[in-house]
Amino acid sequence: MLAKRIIPCLDIRNGKTVKGINFLDIQEVGDPVELGAKYASDGADELVYLDITATHEKRKLFSDLVTRIAANLNIPFSVGGGINELKDADILLSAGADKVSINSSAVRNPNLIDNISGSFGNQFVIVAIDAKLEKDGWRVYINGGRIPVEKELFSWAKEAENRGAGEILFTSMNHDGTKNGFAVEALRKLSEILSIPVIASGGAGKEEHFVDVFNNGKADAALAASIFHYNEIPIPRLKKYLIENNINVR
Amino acid sequence: MTVSIIKYNAGNIRSVDFALRRMGVIAEITDDPTVIRASDKVIFPGVGEAASTMKYLQERSMDQLLKGLSQPVLGICLGQQLMCDWSEERDTNCIGIFNQTVKKFPPLDNVPHMGWNQLENLTGDLFKGIDSGEYVYFVHSYYVPVGKDTAAESNYILNFSASMQKDNFFATQFHPEKSGDTGLRILKNFIAL
Repeated sequence: MLAKRIIPCLDIRNGKTVKGINFLDIQEVGDPVELGAKYASDGADELVYLDITATHEKRKLFSDLVTRIAANLNIPFSVGGGINELKDADILLSAGADKVSINSSAVRNPNLIDNISGSFGNQFVIVAIDAKLEKDGWRVYINGGRIPVEKELFSWAKEAENRGAGEILFTSMNHDGTKNGFAVEALRKLSEILSIPVIASGGAGKEEHFVDVFNNGKADAALAASIFHYNEIPIPRLKKYLIENNINVR
Repeated sequence: MTVSIIKYNAGNIRSVDFALRRMGVIAEITDDPTVIRASDKVIFPGVGEAASTMKYLQERSMDQLLKGLSQPVLGICLGQQLMCDWSEERDTNCIGIFNQTVKKFPPLDNVPHMGWNQLENLTGDLFKGIDSGEYVYFVHSYYVPVGKDTAAESNYILNFSASMQKDNFFATQFHPEKSGDTGLRILKNFIAL
């Protein structure tokens, strides 16, 4: 049986893993390769590395890091941040990434999804969506949650699938950083309308949130950062809890 | 011990090379027929689309080269599919080592089948020390049905060939290079053949 995936997310700035709460108060939490290898040996199913380094000259640093990660990690990993054209994705593929995740750049230029999936396959493209529940529904935001756009979560996710996205990574801005649980209702609706896997992100704080997101949110995978970085919920303990609650995990 | 990784337009060559390095094996990534024929083990990786990949291989006569090898050969992912007779993916004639056709998963669940799934009904030297129920990493939209060359099964929507073997030809639908310690043991078993 296909297992539900647990995915730690590592934000990378200038080659270091960092963690900020709501994009503020950024602290370094360790070497990306060492931390990734530790998560892999703890039982993480996959990793996401997001490059939050803004400047162009530091991009080379990130692709070198991707190669070091690929050399040391024996589980799949995706990389995101600063992928604006096909060439950026190609560089990361050559560096050893298994998948790329695109967010703002896909909103600005939806053809990027078609181009990357057309060249390297749907399995290579995760479309990440940050959205906030507002009066009129789930509005999509770009630039790290700073700029609202005229897109709605569900229609945008469906469009991304139709254009060739292999997975959707949905972060609820209402839940992110709260540790009060995932956006279960929106996730369930996403899973119902899509025929590609959905990765849930934002709100993980307790083991039971993961049971909820798999059972009720119908997510295929759940992503979290701080609870793993600060060892609040070690992955082996989380997996044990999930097995005890009849969730199929590795 | 010499190991060749077939160099062509596949996406996971580097990952396979890295995995071998982690177990202390330095492979040669090559498309030189002389080097490939002379090596003790040959790995045929594969991520991509069947038709364009077969065209690439045929233009270089690499399909015939592969079929004629007598040392242990390991096809991975698309590699396993291309070692069959024919693929539904853009109606593609393949290398024809395994007498099987490759089919697309019916749309009864998410396609591609992506993630960690369990191995069952394991047979052969590739799975020495591997228990039924161990998880490995899959990413694919097409599958090889269970047949006489099936060496391991997995279930997603239906039972399919997670691994195949015929004579000196071995293949896995999953990615041993991305399958943690289980994948590493399978690669070690292949190198030890």
